[in-house]
Amino acid sequence: MSLGISFDLSTAWALLLALAVWIYVVLDGFDLGIGILYPAFPEKRSRDLMMNSVAPVWDGNETWLVLGGGGLMAAFPMAYAILMPALYPPIVAMLLALVFRGVAFEFRWRTTSVIGRKAWDTAFFGGSLLAALTQGIALGAILQGIEVEGRAYAGGWWDWLTPFSVLTGVAVATGYAFLGACWLVLKLEGEDQKPFRHLARLLGLVTVGFIGAVSLATPFLEGDYWLRWFTWPSMAVAAPVPIAIAVIVLLLARSLTHHGHRDWLPFVLGLALFGLCFLGLGLSMWPHIIPPDVTIWDAAAPEKSQIFMLVGAAILLPIILGYTGYAYWVFRGKLDPEKGYH
Amino acid sequence: METFAGFDAITLARIQFGFTVAFHFIFPAFSIGLASYLAVVNALWLRTRDEGWLRLFNYWLKIFAVTFAMGVVSGIVMSYQFGTNWSVFSDRAGPVIGPLMAYEVLTAFFLEAGFLGIMLFGRGRVGDGLHMTATLMVAVGTAISATWILSVNSWMHTPQGHVIGENGQFLPADWWEIIFSPSFPYRLAHALTAAYLTTAFAVGAVGAWHLLRDEHDNPGVRRMFSMAMWMAAIVAPIQIAIGDAHGLNTLEHQPAKVMAMEGHFDSHPDGAPLILFGIPDQDAKEVRYAIEIPKLSSLILKHDLYAPLAGLDTIPDDEEPPVAIVFWSFRVMVAIGFAMLAVGLWSLIARARGRLYGSPWLHRVAVLMGPSGFVAVTAGWITTEVGRQPFTVYGLMRTAESASPLAAPAVGASLIAFVCVYFAVFGAGLVYLLRLMSHAPERGERGPAGEAGPIRTAGRHAATPEGERGVHGTAPRPEEGRA
Repeated sequence: MSLGISFDLSTAWALLLALAVWIYVVLDGFDLGIGILYPAFPEKRSRDLMMNSVAPVWDGNETWLVLGGGGLMAAFPMAYAILMPALYPPIVAMLLALVFRGVAFEFRWRTTSVIGRKAWDTAFFGGSLLAALTQGIALGAILQGIEVEGRAYAGGWWDWLTPFSVLTGVAVATGYAFLGACWLVLKLEGEDQKPFRHLARLLGLVTVGFIGAVSLATPFLEGDYWLRWFTWPSMAVAAPVPIAIAVIVLLLARSLTHHGHRDWLPFVLGLALFGLCFLGLGLSMWPHIIPPDVTIWDAAAPEKSQIFMLVGAAILLPIILGYTGYAYWVFRGKLDPEKGYH
Repeated sequence: METFAGFDAITLARIQFGFTVAFHFIFPAFSIGLASYLAVVNALWLRTRDEGWLRLFNYWLKIFAVTFAMGVVSGIVMSYQFGTNWSVFSDRAGPVIGPLMAYEVLTAFFLEAGFLGIMLFGRGRVGDGLHMTATLMVAVGTAISATWILSVNSWMHTPQGHVIGENGQFLPADWWEIIFSPSFPYRLAHALTAAYLTTAFAVGAVGAWHLLRDEHDNPGVRRMFSMAMWMAAIVAPIQIAIGDAHGLNTLEHQPAKVMAMEGHFDSHPDGAPLILFGIPDQDAKEVRYAIEIPKLSSLILKHDLYAPLAGLDTIPDDEEPPVAIVFWSFRVMVAIGFAMLAVGLWSLIARARGRLYGSPWLHRVAVLMGPSGFVAVTAGWITTEVGRQPFTVYGLMRTAESASPLAAPAVGASLIAFVCVYFAVFGAGLVYLLRLMSHAPERGERGPAGEAGPIRTAGRHAATPEGERGVHGTAPRPEEGRA
């Protein structure tokens, strides 16, 4: 196996998977966030509006999670084989949570009783919250490092649970709720929009606080992170990220206080904020796919597997982005509460 | 070894995979067929502009939406089951099957998910042509998805096109050979046909139920029953022929599985009997109380009454599948297949006599047969998967060496969680499906878009009687509902 080609392919796949996971995080992030916001809006009318704003797109959003899992197994099978047992309880909890919230989209309209509707509202909220928390916990568990022996996970089944992983869990759930609020600012208008604008401001503030807390905690987890962020010359690469985050945060604050016409701006800035955080995490971890020991090259599938898929991904991903964009375009515009979405 | 309620981790992992995949499989088996049915019905509506077809489309679309949602969420679970419970298998077989599953996501899941929203809610927004395209894309997506995942499954049964690397991984050598492994064409044809038949019998049962409940004059009811019975009459015999071919293919590549299906513990040098029923006893290596027809098994499998057939006595004990499960699940599947054929023939006779809608006994049997496809599909799946044991990759990698390094309590606890959640959630889903099916398609039947609007009882269209709205093309189309 020539090292040069393998380097390029594994790097390409690491970037591609990172892109898929980022797309998942922001897309399902906002629709999970809408579920997390449910308890703040007990009225049926608000809840109908909130759910309908994502009903036509949630399934597509969640498909990126399947691509993340399937792509990881295909391009880095060893990483998939280590991560899943290492994160067993949070992954299983996430899957079950997604079952509850996924069916709630349909079942909520099928039940005929008020109790039934409230039960599926609760399932939608609980499922969304638990899925967000467990995804954040998984992130924290990966960042703090996973014990590996040979090609397999070597730790116990509760190793993932630490104060740091709980912090990242709560941070991600808050961030999702923030994205959800921004999405509703985009999709609603007038009096319906107002509470979400307030919420977006509050949640934005808390999210930024959590980003700060996680950023401060991360360099202390392990030697490499510290060196990456606070020694020259890697600092030169890393430093622009927090600066860019600061700029985005200022723009966000402005866009949420000024009641302008650009209702899409907070959501887009929210995507950028998540993108930058993602970039920061990537810079911390690179070139490890499982800190502290497994690099992307250790875990890589053979060239032949990676090339076979890369050809498909290169052709199909632009097409997928095209028709996914089209599906969003079809359901564009403000939600009319008098008419319903559809 | 650590155990949980008396089971070791590997047994629990097997139960968990079997449970989650059996549950999951039920939904695609229905949605694959239903997606195609909906595409046909929508095409008929666009062609004829007969409102009855639109009614039928909207009726089944709501049922499709509920089924599809359950298929999606139970499917996401499957894409992670490989890693959570079978990590060693994933690591070793990942380079071969991982890319195929990634292609499934890229070519099928996104296609379905991307166009589902438009299929369900978008007719009023994109117009009939694009809506038809979206419906077709969803139908095609379900079939593409089945193709890739059955390719993966077939490779696990009849692996080829790979080499085994120094680290024990299966490495791809020839993708064409991997994708088109010997059992793939048969398995694909058999499974897709099974999905269509399963759907036909589910649709037929709903039609028959409403015919029994005095909806003789409802054109939607008549059409769904008639179409379902055509499918039964035409596809059931085809399926039996495909199943036979699939069985011969299995005999060639996985003889031990066929021996278990047949209950042949002993070799038969001059013609093997067909054991109809009996109780396989794997320890005693015999089928007790066997009722058998001499020489018939040789005739079916070798097309020669006196052809020799080897038995499980030629297979080492530690490479034998569990015989009783395979033996029985196979019989359940075959029995249902022939019952389907019988219903199909009965319907042809009733049709020829002009009594298709006036044969209460046919309708009663059709109602009874409603769930039969789901049972047959599950039984068939058990036959082929348990028949592959004790291997995950047939002949090359044992199930016992495929599992994750997990403690039994972790696997046991998650198994209990899956069982509780699945029965609660999908039990509720079944209730909602039956509730939707318990109404006959009505005049002005609305699709999910029409009724999922938040203010369903508002008086915006109060001047237009519910039933008449949108029927003649001047008023808003029914599926626009509140839009």
